Amino acid sequence: MLTGMVENCVFIFVQTVDVSSQADQFLNQWNQSCNKTSRVAASSSIIQHKKYSTEPHFSKYGGRTTVTALSGDGVGPELLSYVQEIFRYAGVPVDFEELEINGSTTDEETLRSALLSVQRNGIALKGNIESKFDEPGFKSMNVELRTQLELFASIVWCKSIPGVYTRHQGLDIILIRENTEGEYSNLEYQIVPGCIENLKIITEAKSTKIAKYAFEFAKTHGRKKVTAIHKANIMKLGDGLFLESCRKVASQYPDIEFNDMIVDNASMQMVSKPQQFDVLVMPNLYGNILSNITAGLVGGYGVVSGMNIGDDYAVFEMGTRSSGRSLKGKNIANPTGMLLASCDMLDYIGCNKHAELIRDSVMKVMSVDKVQTPDLGGQATTLEVIQAIIEDIKPKTTSWSTTAAQNVYSLR
Amino acid sequence: KMTDGLFLKCCRHVAEQNKDIKFKEMYLDTVCLNMVQDPTQFDVLVMPNLYGDILSDLCAGLIGGLGVTPSGNIGQDGAIFESVHGTAPDIAGEDKANPTALLLSAVMMLRYMGLSPYAQRIEMACFDVIREGRVLTGDLGGSSKCSEFTEEICRKVRESE
Repeated sequence: MLTGMVENCVFIFVQTVDVSSQADQFLNQWNQSCNKTSRVAASSSIIQHKKYSTEPHFSKYGGRTTVTALSGDGVGPELLSYVQEIFRYAGVPVDFEELEINGSTTDEETLRSALLSVQRNGIALKGNIESKFDEPGFKSMNVELRTQLELFASIVWCKSIPGVYTRHQGLDIILIRENTEGEYSNLEYQIVPGCIENLKIITEAKSTKIAKYAFEFAKTHGRKKVTAIHKANIMKLGDGLFLESCRKVASQYPDIEFNDMIVDNASMQMVSKPQQFDVLVMPNLYGNILSNITAGLVGGYGVVSGMNIGDDYAVFEMGTRSSGRSLKGKNIANPTGMLLASCDMLDYIGCNKHAELIRDSVMKVMSVDKVQTPDLGGQATTLEVIQAIIEDIKPKTTSWSTTAAQNVYSLR
Repeated sequence: KMTDGLFLKCCRHVAEQNKDIKFKEMYLDTVCLNMVQDPTQFDVLVMPNLYGDILSDLCAGLIGGLGVTPSGNIGQDGAIFESVHGTAPDIAGEDKANPTALLLSAVMMLRYMGLSPYAQRIEMACFDVIREGRVLTGDLGGSSKCSEFTEEICRKVRESE
């Protein structure tokens, strides 16, 4: 792979949640950090030199915010519908602009409508869109969305959840991944038949931007250590530039410890001694790999949420970005990841109380009541989990107004 | 799409010619996710260079680290078998090192050379010693010397004749 030099930076932040009576503590911490995270997200514009706007905007009218919902493939559509149902019960002042975009709607028009919608609303909640890897000319919709909207940071916050049995306990790792360049630059060509060249682009600007975001995130959340993941021993220029950019940014944050690790060693350390990691900052592909490894360590695709943050827009989705094609229609998919992502979204737009309310219920059902889907070792169906969450939410919202046009909400 | 797509196309082509072996394709991130949750579902994995580097270290971490992981590099004209751990200069010459990785790599070499019965005996002896846990080097939680560990394996090999 050839590497070139460009200027870019990316930040990513992620939140995780904890449950149970330690769960109460866990939840308190989580809710507090979510508040902080939304502030970091909003202030990312301060870190970057922005061209036109100074702050992320939301389309809010009459007290209600409009959010784009991109359906995706697999279990995306059903999980998004469950999110809307729970929002209804919790009285969340959010309206969804639903857009059907999946692996079979591959035309430019659909992509453009999706982009326009997110640009109009500023926020989106998204299912994963499958990419047909058999067709070389076919661009990945997920990647296109991220690059066109300049969502430079992908944040996955992996935190061990009480009540979810995993081999390693007590984990609290934030993975911040550059989201718009690296190996996903989509620049490939055939030199001669049977020989293909792929360009991996690493730019100083994007590397510095993501490093700065990572350090700011660490500072806001009181984290002590940032580790840069790379393979600069082999990709000396490309990953070397990334590492150098991270080191330069690290020197501006003397209170935060900085170290670096080669990606293969990091993978091994992650499965044997994950407690050593705090905040990780990585280029695109290594971020993909390590996020999935760490998500697997805390419970799998179902319990981790992810967010893609840019200067102007934010898109929330499941942390492992899986479409769950094999789970579609079987009523066994774990809705927790998508629900937690929707709570992150609510924090981002300032509906902290609603986010706390839903998150508390989700965690209680999963950790304390142990209503868990098969991926966590339980026997419940998706619908049973959703119903349990709704039953938990209902008593908390009885004091709300029952008039038809509910624009004013009060929480107990 | 084109690089990994080409790799995938070639794999499929060869799979067609070996229909008695089940062939499955999986995305790298899905494999990583599943590997840490249930690695027993995997048998043989074939992948390009970078992914192999990362995944092989990941799996080594799952089985106990690089100190017990063998490896081989196969070419058309020859093969090199090696352990993939570091040179450990801090314990060099002190009879403390764990020889398992290099020993199992030698076992792989014997199999490559067609000397499977010998390979089997040595491998079983090595696994038995580790399983018994009486004579282990420091990295495996014991306090024996490298020479003692080796002697134990040799004893087991002699006994198995």
